[in-house]
Amino acid sequence: MAIEIEQPSVGLSKVAVSETHGEDSPYFAGWKAYDENPYHESSNQSGVIQMGLAENQVSFDLLEKYLEEHSEGSSWGKGAPGFRENALFQDYHGLKSFRQAMANFMEQIRGGRAKFDPDRIVLTAGATAANELLTFILADPGDALLVPTPYYPGFDRDLRWRTGVKIVPIHCDSSNNFQVTPQALEAAYQCAESMNFKVRGVLITNPSNPLGATIQRSVLEEILDFATRKNIHLVSDEIYCGSTFSSSEFISVAEILQTRDYKNSERVHIVYSLSKDLGLPGFRVGTIYSYNDKVVTTARRMSSFTLISSQTQHLLACMLSNKEFTEKYIKTNRERLSKRYDMIIKGLKNAGIECLKGNAGLFCWMNLSPLLEEPTREAELTLWKIILNEVRLNISPGSSCHCSEPGWFRVCFANMSEQTLEVALERIHKFMEQRKRK
Amino acid sequence: MRLIVPLQGVVQGRGGLILGSLIPCALFYFLQLYLKRNRSPNSQSSPPSRSTSSSTLAEMTRTLSRGSIGPARISSRAISIAKPNDSPYYIGLDKASEDPYDRIGNPHGVIQLGLSENRLCFDLIKKWMLDNLSDSIMRKEGGDLSISGIATYQPIDGTMELKLAMAGFMSRVMGGAVSFEPSQMVLTAGATPAIETLCFCLADHGNAFLVPTPYYPGFDRDVKWRTGVELIPVHCRSTDNFILSITALDQAFNQTRKRGTKIRGILLSNPANPVGNLLSREMLHGLLDFAQEKNLHIISDEIFAGSMYGNEKFVSMAEVLDSENFDKDRVHIIYGLSKDLSLPGFRVGMIYSFNENVLAAARKLTRFSSISAPTQRILVSMLSDTRFTEEYIETNKKRIQNMRDLFVAGLKVLGIRCGESSAGLYCWADMSKLIPSYSEKGELELWDKLLNVAKINITPGSACHCIEPGWFRCCFTTLAQEDIPVVMERIRKVADTHASCS
Repeated sequence: MAIEIEQPSVGLSKVAVSETHGEDSPYFAGWKAYDENPYHESSNQSGVIQMGLAENQVSFDLLEKYLEEHSEGSSWGKGAPGFRENALFQDYHGLKSFRQAMANFMEQIRGGRAKFDPDRIVLTAGATAANELLTFILADPGDALLVPTPYYPGFDRDLRWRTGVKIVPIHCDSSNNFQVTPQALEAAYQCAESMNFKVRGVLITNPSNPLGATIQRSVLEEILDFATRKNIHLVSDEIYCGSTFSSSEFISVAEILQTRDYKNSERVHIVYSLSKDLGLPGFRVGTIYSYNDKVVTTARRMSSFTLISSQTQHLLACMLSNKEFTEKYIKTNRERLSKRYDMIIKGLKNAGIECLKGNAGLFCWMNLSPLLEEPTREAELTLWKIILNEVRLNISPGSSCHCSEPGWFRVCFANMSEQTLEVALERIHKFMEQRKRK
Repeated sequence: MRLIVPLQGVVQGRGGLILGSLIPCALFYFLQLYLKRNRSPNSQSSPPSRSTSSSTLAEMTRTLSRGSIGPARISSRAISIAKPNDSPYYIGLDKASEDPYDRIGNPHGVIQLGLSENRLCFDLIKKWMLDNLSDSIMRKEGGDLSISGIATYQPIDGTMELKLAMAGFMSRVMGGAVSFEPSQMVLTAGATPAIETLCFCLADHGNAFLVPTPYYPGFDRDVKWRTGVELIPVHCRSTDNFILSITALDQAFNQTRKRGTKIRGILLSNPANPVGNLLSREMLHGLLDFAQEKNLHIISDEIFAGSMYGNEKFVSMAEVLDSENFDKDRVHIIYGLSKDLSLPGFRVGMIYSFNENVLAAARKLTRFSSISAPTQRILVSMLSDTRFTEEYIETNKKRIQNMRDLFVAGLKVLGIRCGESSAGLYCWADMSKLIPSYSEKGELELWDKLLNVAKINITPGSACHCIEPGWFRCCFTTLAQEDIPVVMERIRKVADTHASCS
């Protein structure tokens, strides 16, 4: 029998005191520095510019215009019929009209190359909740998910914290543009087995965060085949799919399944959200799309812990069913992001900095390894601190994304105005000039 | 999992191939037999989940033989959740939503008395929305139209504006007897995640909370599903009007400790659900003393605080802590707008705690269940309109009281008495005279008859873990006054057939 240790004050759980939330990493520490001294175009021109937050603000005007012209989404019309039903609606199936609109929107983004059934859509309050929910459903405490590196720092928290599930990295490197290889998949699987973790699935982000690039069709097929061979799940987090600069370059796992007539599809689950493509992270809208009936049923029931406000569902159902709006938005958003990307790549090139060739996302993957004293994580963090404190830019170091090669940094470009981006690029230019002279 | 390991041993050679395939088959057969026998007569689950338990079994037995590749499995946590709902609480809710009563459109439908929703004051909320929401949601108090205020990432535990507005509202709802600090609030998408998040913060997998019975059936889901925390019932009796006694609490505590399970706290609803009574100030003191003595947390779910009727006064845990010298670190309050403001669809709940460490952890955990920004904006407007909220709270009280009086009187005519209560959107009815046998089985038979013959959905006490059979929770705030005679008539028919049979 366990010896009871008397606690002087009432205790908290292991989850509450654990560090698995990962919020002590540099990824989050940089945000603190920004919060304390935020850049402002007129009132604080020497402040820290936030380039660590993947938020999309480039198409706000389109959203504002829509909301201004279509107030029926935010009110309930004359006499407010349907308000009562809306205010009472807490059905975890979600508003049918909203699910239908989401299914259509997801199809539109993929150029109609994949079909989505609204009854397979489970709604959650954000993709953060969707990823955690799927992990609860697919894996038991102590099991493992394989995730290609570099990956979004938030996964350490979202996939592991309350679920007790482990992440085993699939190591990727710059020799092939950080693409996943069959060898890397197998190595990760063996590594997990050797640590006695049961592997339950592979989780990929496509387009990738932080790489800012889509996964090639052949690689996707390899990953899918790998999952089938090992009889494990495949979760494809596609929240940046609408932020691909050219619509034809993004291949969704849904397309591949469709061409294979949905054979072996019950192991595949797609996560989507409106936080990046539509720039509405504050609305808290995420979805799980699963080809597995049991997963759909279970996820739906578990979504009781993370339902989307019925008022928000109603508003977005109106917005996303407006084909004219969504077509224009998707097209314009892509163009603007592409323009921003070109701007930052050019600016960085002028400063003598190379980036990974990207084609999607709200960020670019910058290579500063030539600047490192030595090719180590410590040297990368030293450089990161200098950039944060002297250049006053908050960018995300590759080590917080578990990148195995030191010296890479994720730089966000869509959460600011063009002027601010210019200022950031100037600062980088100046910094690089200073270093050259030294 | 524990089943598979010894069986693998058999298959791997110690028992031979025959035993290896015979045992799983036998188990499968017996389990199916057991399930068939014990399945409630009314577990008409929706199509996708109907075959779940048998296909899950099939999956398990298939994977027992080496080298087989079945479909990708889901976790053990998920398997139990995927099973068809066998609680009468959920079955009844499903049935009522499939065939909902409508006075004109579907007069023979199922009357929903199993969902504690308040529809009595919608006209007030609707009017407020029409008068105040003509503007776009983007417009902030006299400012320019801008979406960035609601579109961008917000503080995950709720905006300060909403916390301030909630503090004011809660205080008003509780009669102004206590004030709430916005900095001690963590806002969540409904009270459901609030309770779960709090459990994740206070207890580890395998720990337990003591909970007085009868209790809200949803606690079994909110507390146990993903956290792995147990609920230990502390039975209350009708002789005490189902009010908790410290003696019973102590007994349950000791018994559970002997079993080796660590108890982390006490979970209670005050006002109580399903009984609807209040804890007196003395009782709250007693609970705090007990918690201090045994080093436990207290979670006080006060979500019905604004659904009072009658003359008794509600005393919040916060009020007691304010005035006395108790250790505040162990007290946590749950609140939300689903009951008191009739907006369950908007998903607004709260953890209110005096413990900085709990708040710090809970704050980080709410990223999995944050409130949608446009909804927060609307509510800030609504809750800050003190003229509206005062009128709402007053009118709500009167209408609940009125409805309750009519409903309870109707039941009285049928010889059914209700427990004493002063709050909630329901009454706790003693139908033990109508059940065929004084047992859970008898109670469920009556429940079944009421649901499928009389077509009213009420919640049987056994779904609430009540130790005395025959009690039912009837929510009357989803009704219109004209519907009450219909309900009574339907109950009377069942009561008559029972009388003629006995």
